[in-house]
Amino acid sequence: MNFDTIIIGGGLTGLTAAIASAERGERTAIISAGQSALHFSSGTFELLGAVDGKPVTNPVEAMDRLPDTHPYRRIGRERMLSLLPLVQPLLSRAGIATTGNHYINRYRLTPLGKIKPAWLTLDDFATFDSPDRLPWRSVAIVNIADFQDFYPTFLARGLRDHGVECTISSTSIKELDNLRRSATEMRAANIARVLDYSAVCNLAGRIKSVGRGADAILMPAVLGLADDLMVSLLRRLVNKPLYFISTMPTSVPGVRAQMMLNRYFTNLGGTLMAGDTVTGARLDNGRVEAVFTNNHGPEPLTASRFIMATGSFFSHGLVATPSSVIEPVFGLDVDYPADRADWFSKNIGQAQPFMEFGVRTDDSWHPSIGGNTITNLQCVGSVTGGCNPIKQGCGAGVALLTALDVTTPRL
Amino acid sequence: MTTDTPLSNISPNNFEQCVKCTVCTVYCPVTAVNPLYPGPKQAGPDGERYRLKRGDFYNEALKYCLNCKRCEVSCPSGVRIGDIIQQARMKYSHGSAGLRDRMLAHTDLMGGIATRLSPTVNGILRLTPVKMAMDLTLGIDRHRTFPSYTPRKFTTWFRRHAAAHQERYTRRVTYFHGCYVNYNFPRLGKDFVKLFNACGIGVDLMPGEKCCGVARIANRLIKQATDAARTNLREIRTAVSRGNDVVATSSTCILTMRDEYPHLLGLDNADVRDNIMTATRYLYRLIESGQVRLVFKENGFPYHLAYHTPCHMAKLGWGVYSIELLKMIPGAMVTVLDNNCCGIAGTYGFKKENYKYSQAIGKTLFDSIARENPDFVVTDCETCKWQIEMSTPYRVVNPISILADAIDFEATRQANMQ
Ligand SMILES: Cc1cc2nc3c(=O)[nH]c(=O)nc-3n(C[C@H](O)[C@H](O)[C@H](O)COP(=O)(O)OP(=O)(O)OC[C@H]3O[C@@H](n4cnc5c(N)ncnc54)[C@H](O)[C@@H]3O)c2cc1C
Ligand code: SF4
Ligand code: SF4
Repeated sequence: MNFDTIIIGGGLTGLTAAIASAERGERTAIISAGQSALHFSSGTFELLGAVDGKPVTNPVEAMDRLPDTHPYRRIGRERMLSLLPLVQPLLSRAGIATTGNHYINRYRLTPLGKIKPAWLTLDDFATFDSPDRLPWRSVAIVNIADFQDFYPTFLARGLRDHGVECTISSTSIKELDNLRRSATEMRAANIARVLDYSAVCNLAGRIKSVGRGADAILMPAVLGLADDLMVSLLRRLVNKPLYFISTMPTSVPGVRAQMMLNRYFTNLGGTLMAGDTVTGARLDNGRVEAVFTNNHGPEPLTASRFIMATGSFFSHGLVATPSSVIEPVFGLDVDYPADRADWFSKNIGQAQPFMEFGVRTDDSWHPSIGGNTITNLQCVGSVTGGCNPIKQGCGAGVALLTALDVTTPRL
Repeated sequence: MTTDTPLSNISPNNFEQCVKCTVCTVYCPVTAVNPLYPGPKQAGPDGERYRLKRGDFYNEALKYCLNCKRCEVSCPSGVRIGDIIQQARMKYSHGSAGLRDRMLAHTDLMGGIATRLSPTVNGILRLTPVKMAMDLTLGIDRHRTFPSYTPRKFTTWFRRHAAAHQERYTRRVTYFHGCYVNYNFPRLGKDFVKLFNACGIGVDLMPGEKCCGVARIANRLIKQATDAARTNLREIRTAVSRGNDVVATSSTCILTMRDEYPHLLGLDNADVRDNIMTATRYLYRLIESGQVRLVFKENGFPYHLAYHTPCHMAKLGWGVYSIELLKMIPGAMVTVLDNNCCGIAGTYGFKKENYKYSQAIGKTLFDSIARENPDFVVTDCETCKWQIEMSTPYRVVNPISILADAIDFEATRQANMQ
């Protein structure tokens, strides 16, 4: 089967690259083994939260202080400034509405009541202009009875530290009784699947009554798995500011983002090969001619260009053996220290070096095998390394911008 | 450490690779509707750890698993969750299949009898008192409409009207028609023969074809399933040794023969696995490599087709071949429905204890079909067809039938003459 562009990996990086290619009319396919890191999303796409451990207010300015190896530095300031404005409209074309901008970080609430920098946040999550001043005097935190993956007490403690009065309550509706019979299945995604039109109408009534008197209502993100219809419905019915707080994974808003991007790509005519793993390739003369997958067996999947967005260790884009770190599909060259002792820090709270490992690429993201560049393959997103998404708060930014860098023609 | 330690302590079903991320539970159609079902993570890798210690940790609620494999398609760690659950059912479940399960499982024996009596059987299966009786005595839900049985089997038609012409083709394929085409819907088999003949491909049948065994596996009739599988593999090997690939119009038959035979029944098929495929994959590859050409009717096929990916097709990863073939048809508007389970899962939805879950599972799909409002729903699975036609007002057609309808038969035949 032949395509113009084949993308390996269907997480945020792969989907962004695929959408950009398909929108330009290229015949595009995504091959993706299993689901991606979007399923753990907090509801915020981060651009740059901290440099050298210090919080960042203005991401564009702070980028200059990042090490040379960081993907943003490699894209370069000018190019970054031309790509950044493309992100929010792309998400919005897929139906994902966000708040935020790249000039100045906004702030969001973590599930434990901490306040963190945010770039683009899903519209149904609260964001603030300032990390020290919250826009509410009082909030009502409303949990779903017996839902364990949400921590109202921690959240309330964090909010009270910022001078916000909190009430905590939990509520339920009969539609959830069935689910409640099994403690292990009382999960955010399963709740979201039960909350249909009539259930949401009932829920809205309950929330309204416990939220009376508060400036805003906060509840766990347990609504809207495939699209945001039920989210809008509940917010409209409650008729006062209502925001979601992320829960323990799996993240409902993350799954929703994944599904909406998948759907948009498919509607553009793109081919999504979900649940399939690229296992090998045929190379000739420094070019990938075809890739082979578990499902398609001997059938070669050919394209003129390939984009590799296979993620990091969690997604098996990189695999650590006791003595080496490898890229399992092509055996691409990977940057990591030779001595295993330098791979990690024993202090679990410190920055972990292994998070920065990645496939070695040239200025335009072409990888190499044994030092020989592959000219029609580019590696983008978290498989490339060079950054620490947790410490620097740059995971989604690296995914989105490296993907756009390889799919947006230079003027 | 300087040497690589071999990572050989991983089971074939990969259960040790589970990182407890819970992604699989998001995609399991059963968990959200049936509180008795522990979900893929608990029923699969989590439960397996206990079962390995003591078999009596086995939970009979595993019978609610549809074996749809959606959990496997979503797992980031490649854990074969569905296989783990089915293996556990085979190994630990107490009690043997009752009369109802045996009847439902023997799609070929039941079909053979019913075909001979078809006018009577069809009438009887539709009578309300009979449905009530089956509901009460057998536990087959009375809301179910049985697919009707045909008075003349596909194989009979083939022998009388098609077999003789097949000799003129040098390129040949072996068609695994399956129980559904043979006993319920020979029309699909006829469309297959028409389309493939037009493409210059002769059709052979396997003289000893048995039911692929999916229903026997689901109802834990493992010995019977293994016997049928052995026969089929023998027939497949004969076909392959003659240079034929073996194709089917049902994605479930293909998944069963390619993957369930080795994974669940322990029958090695590695020598012929690549030769077993869906009809649409076989055809697409010949068209793409320029060996076959389809010529469509002049006025095209001006309909809105909404493709539904059956669970087992999603697991095979081959929906793309059907979709790409449909997209070749001039005038057809092809949309791809969001990937959701229809809820029937073969014989599962026929059982009284499952009926309401089955319909609740299908609701998301039925709603999405209604939103698209297509002229036809297109899918490669016969049980999806029953379920969607029973639950919505839409007609459901196999892509092979759509193609057989859309081509200009004579022109296609001319284009593919050697
Ligand atoms: C638990 C967790 C939570 C996070 N939360 C946030 C957050 O809230 N905000 C934020 O900004 N960032 C977050 N991040 C950072 C995250 O890494 C990035 O935001 C981004 O989602 C990474 O996208 P990616 O597409 O590069 O990789 P991934 O999302 O990892 O996707 C890679 C995909 O490639 C597939 N794949 C791998 N190998 C193959 C193969 N051989 N063949 C076919 N497919 C293959 C995988 O199955 C997977 O689907 C989080 C990361 C993790 C691990
Ligand atoms: S998706 Fe896979 S790794 Fe995650 S919990 Fe399920 S089986 Fe385990
Ligand atoms: S096979 Fe289907 S029904 Fe069974 S656990 Fe997996 S997703 Fe659920």
